[in-house]
Amino acid sequence: MLSRRNPQLNAHGELIHLLTIEGLPKAVLTQILDTAGTFLSVNDRDVKKVPLLRGKSVFNLFFENSTRTRTTFEIAAKRLSADVINLDIAKSSTAKGESLLDTIANLSAMHADMFIVRHAESGAPYLIAQHVAPHVHVVNAGDGRHAHPTQGLLDMYTIRHFKKDFTQLTVAIVGDIVHSRVARSDIHALTTLGVPEIRAVGPKTLVPGDLAAMGVRVCHDMAEGIRGADVIIMLRLQNERMSGAMLPSAGEFFKSYGLTPEKLALARPDCIVMHPGPINRGVEIDSAVADGTHSVILPQVTFGIAVRMAVMSTIAGNQA
Amino acid sequence: MLQLDAESLYAELHHGVAALMRPDSVLVGIWSGGAWLAERLQRDLGRTGAPGVISSTLHRDDFSERGLASGTDATSLPFSIDGAHIVLIDDVLYTGRTIRAVVNELFDFGRPASVTLAVLVDRGGRELPIAAAFAAAKIVLPAAQKLSLARDEAGRFSFAVKESN
Repeated sequence: MLSRRNPQLNAHGELIHLLTIEGLPKAVLTQILDTAGTFLSVNDRDVKKVPLLRGKSVFNLFFENSTRTRTTFEIAAKRLSADVINLDIAKSSTAKGESLLDTIANLSAMHADMFIVRHAESGAPYLIAQHVAPHVHVVNAGDGRHAHPTQGLLDMYTIRHFKKDFTQLTVAIVGDIVHSRVARSDIHALTTLGVPEIRAVGPKTLVPGDLAAMGVRVCHDMAEGIRGADVIIMLRLQNERMSGAMLPSAGEFFKSYGLTPEKLALARPDCIVMHPGPINRGVEIDSAVADGTHSVILPQVTFGIAVRMAVMSTIAGNQA
Repeated sequence: MLQLDAESLYAELHHGVAALMRPDSVLVGIWSGGAWLAERLQRDLGRTGAPGVISSTLHRDDFSERGLASGTDATSLPFSIDGAHIVLIDDVLYTGRTIRAVVNELFDFGRPASVTLAVLVDRGGRELPIAAAFAAAKIVLPAAQKLSLARDEAGRFSFAVKESN
């Protein structure tokens, strides 16, 4: 039975699906981060594989393309000994007119144990979670503008790794916040984990004013936004937004909000710079920063696999 | 109610393990009770460095019923496993399933020359062909009773018996 209050949790408050970070208790987030730490060390073993999901089938359902995210889920599932089936669904059933729930029913008949879902429509993973059998688990790998919870968790893992304590931090999220499911997931996670100051930095067209209601400080001025920050999370400027007249040009954006060494100097000296990737050099981030000593962009990728292993093994071990 | 004096059993275990150790043996304690025992044995046997600690969590056969237990990050083997003579230490030997999982975990790190098991209490009830080379006590407990080691702030051991349901 799905709990009416939070469809991700069972009656004991344990995580059975990961659909969004919003509304998840701090203890659940912390447990995933702790578990991820274990899996990080699995990579140092002779045998880089543990048998937790042996005999389970994980279906990667990417209705929207994302080779990188799909690959990290695939590696994570394989390190847990699961069988992984990648479905390039955008090009097959959907194109033939099959409905989402029919696709899921068919794949369930193939004895899927877990679905990793990326979909352009917000809420698609919820719909799937509500219709799968009780033993089947669903992970949201990004839905529309809504949520990207594993990215949010890997960002939290990265911050905790480098900064240890959340409760003294100033975190600036910079760029295209309005279209970013990463930003939304990060804001929920940072809030739950007790970060006292979260700033959303960017032009009025890309930073919605209603963020203030989420306890976020909205800054349309870059210098104000990153001054004294412990953590800067740069977001990818999605090129497709450029045409929508939301921005004059990529060059203009870089001048105002691109992270350069000069702007970075306003942040704390031990500030870390994060980015969910793929990065657009010279659009939202200068190469000197992306490749510089403050950048933790590549560690994020490594941590991402451990965090996804933690999410999959946590939900697979909990009963609906 | 069963009374087990953990401290005097520990003295027995100390003697038993001393006899099992070869010059090149290393101690590995099973998290959590076995790790406490290994820590103290390492000291009492006059050995330098830290003993190994190993967790069964990633190899348990009841994962799908119980999920991930805490202490998953407990495994720490500060020496090479390849070619090592390993003396595994645990507090209670029961079904043998923890030992099976721990041996699998051990082999993820390399190929030991030998693995031997020493425990404080062998409570019977084996479900796998696993035996301890040394047990400080052999008792028979009903399946409903759960026996676990506790350690106080001074580092002294005691046993707790709980009725499980």
